Amino acid sequence: MIEQPLPRILPCGDSAVSVEFGECISEQISDHVLALDRVFGDRHHPAIQELVPTYRALCIHYDPRGLRFDEVVALVHQELRALNLKNRRPTGRVWRVPVCYGGDHGIDLGMLAERAGTEPDEIVTIHSAATYRVYMIGFSAGFTYLGGLDTRLACPRRAEPRIYTPAGSVTIGGEQTALQALAGPTGWHLIGKTPVAPFRLDREPMLLFEPGDNIRFFSIGEKDLLDMEKASAAGEFVAELVV
Amino acid sequence: MAQLLIGRVSPATSIQDAGRPGFQRFGLAPSGALDIVSLAVANAVAGRHPSAAAIEVGPLLTQIHVIDGSVGIAVCGASRPLRIGGRPFAPGQLEIARAGDAIDLGPAVGGVFSYVAVSGGVVGRPVLGSMSVHARAGLGSPFSRPLTSGDILECGARLSERRVSLIDAPARTPGSIRVVLGPQDDYFASETLDVFFRSTWRISPVSDRMGYRLIGPQLRHRKSANFISDGTVNGSIQVPGNGQPLVLQPERGTTGGYPKLGVIITADQGRFAQIPLGGGVEFEAIGVREAQDLAISQAEMIESFRSRLRLIRDSSQGFTLDNIADAAVNAIDFDQAIV
Repeated sequence: MIEQPLPRILPCGDSAVSVEFGECISEQISDHVLALDRVFGDRHHPAIQELVPTYRALCIHYDPRGLRFDEVVALVHQELRALNLKNRRPTGRVWRVPVCYGGDHGIDLGMLAERAGTEPDEIVTIHSAATYRVYMIGFSAGFTYLGGLDTRLACPRRAEPRIYTPAGSVTIGGEQTALQALAGPTGWHLIGKTPVAPFRLDREPMLLFEPGDNIRFFSIGEKDLLDMEKASAAGEFVAELVV
Repeated sequence: MAQLLIGRVSPATSIQDAGRPGFQRFGLAPSGALDIVSLAVANAVAGRHPSAAAIEVGPLLTQIHVIDGSVGIAVCGASRPLRIGGRPFAPGQLEIARAGDAIDLGPAVGGVFSYVAVSGGVVGRPVLGSMSVHARAGLGSPFSRPLTSGDILECGARLSERRVSLIDAPARTPGSIRVVLGPQDDYFASETLDVFFRSTWRISPVSDRMGYRLIGPQLRHRKSANFISDGTVNGSIQVPGNGQPLVLQPERGTTGGYPKLGVIITADQGRFAQIPLGGGVEFEAIGVREAQDLAISQAEMIESFRSRLRLIRDSSQGFTLDNIADAAVNAIDFDQAIV
């Protein structure tokens, strides 16, 4: 039995639905999304092509030749009734992830320190003290959205995104922090760089962090960053699974 | 084997098949052809699977040289002058191009993208099941990026001696692009949705395979701007802070932090993608069940192409009326793509 009010089931065009459990970021909402993601994943329904868990909703992509909209709604209701949250806890995995903070790799660290009325070292201490929950992998391959950022570090996104930021960037956007797997544009603030590759095509598993995992950061220096980047390029995780 | 050398080439030209679904939970959008119907027609005429990899050619002048061997090709999509070795040819029928021939696709005068399907297929190694280029993720085969001048494509040598075309090739009727409302239509006042559906929008020059931007009236959100990201689908109509909608395309962000007022129906996504930069577009809302009927019809139509091929009557090959009588060919040399 699900302890929340029933989620909304909204059409996303003719070939997907969004099962929406709420409108904000919360661990409880996320638990429900991930639980429903697991039950549908276990079912392997032939007409369901993709499941995309996000902060507050599960997006179910399906083939309308195999399932009509009303049938998908009925299927979701069926699974919700059978859902037993106790059996569907998140992974519970905890990772330790190295980050080289500041300098060329974290060009916004100084700005964030000034905003918070403190020194850059203190920002690093605060950022690496927390245990973050992985809420979502989205936007681009391996882009890892984390919750649990200390509010002293929160900073609204830039009005003008930067066109290019490197792969491995550790960033802050609004109240969230993230690991950016690929190089690309972002409006988030750069505080450091990790040698860990959340997404690698030629590695098993391709995707390292999953929604429901937890991440703790620890600070490394430039030399370690370079060494670990080499190891990561050779396929090593470089992140350490603690639990 | 045969070889094609890319000469002058339109930007936004890349190898595309039907994409690689199944990885959006990794943040990887499926990519794939913007117009899967035109892709399927070109493929059917070239004797390939409807989803097989072909060259998606942008609207500007593009020249492909056959530098080794001979290829059978079929082109479908945008309206544009087509020539092989200087000789004009028609879209939607199989043509032979031999070593030394240049295949010319002139600037598009209607539509945007053409699909060039090769009978023997383009040689490459699928990445996560597909050859489609996803430029930002650096995936695709044989190149993990759009094509540039000087690129060489290896192609299968298989060449059907029978030139075919499609019976009753589908024609697109112009008209509104149909949309299913949601998932965040409730983020907009009904007056705002009225403005969206009553306006004529223009496709912005800042449009690409991640998304097409629309220029028109500013659309305001009713609720607070603090929208928590959720999943996106192809054809989602996102409204960011600047009030100008962005229609998401196959290389989109898999999640998005802006409300989506609706999603273009599957059956109209190809037609929408073929609207040129600066072109006008209007939208209308339909129900999800009707949209699904149309999606299913389109899928069935695509499946039917392989059984709607006929031999082209070519007097130089001396066809008689008798030959033409059994010219409705079913599933000729129909094989899977090289993928």
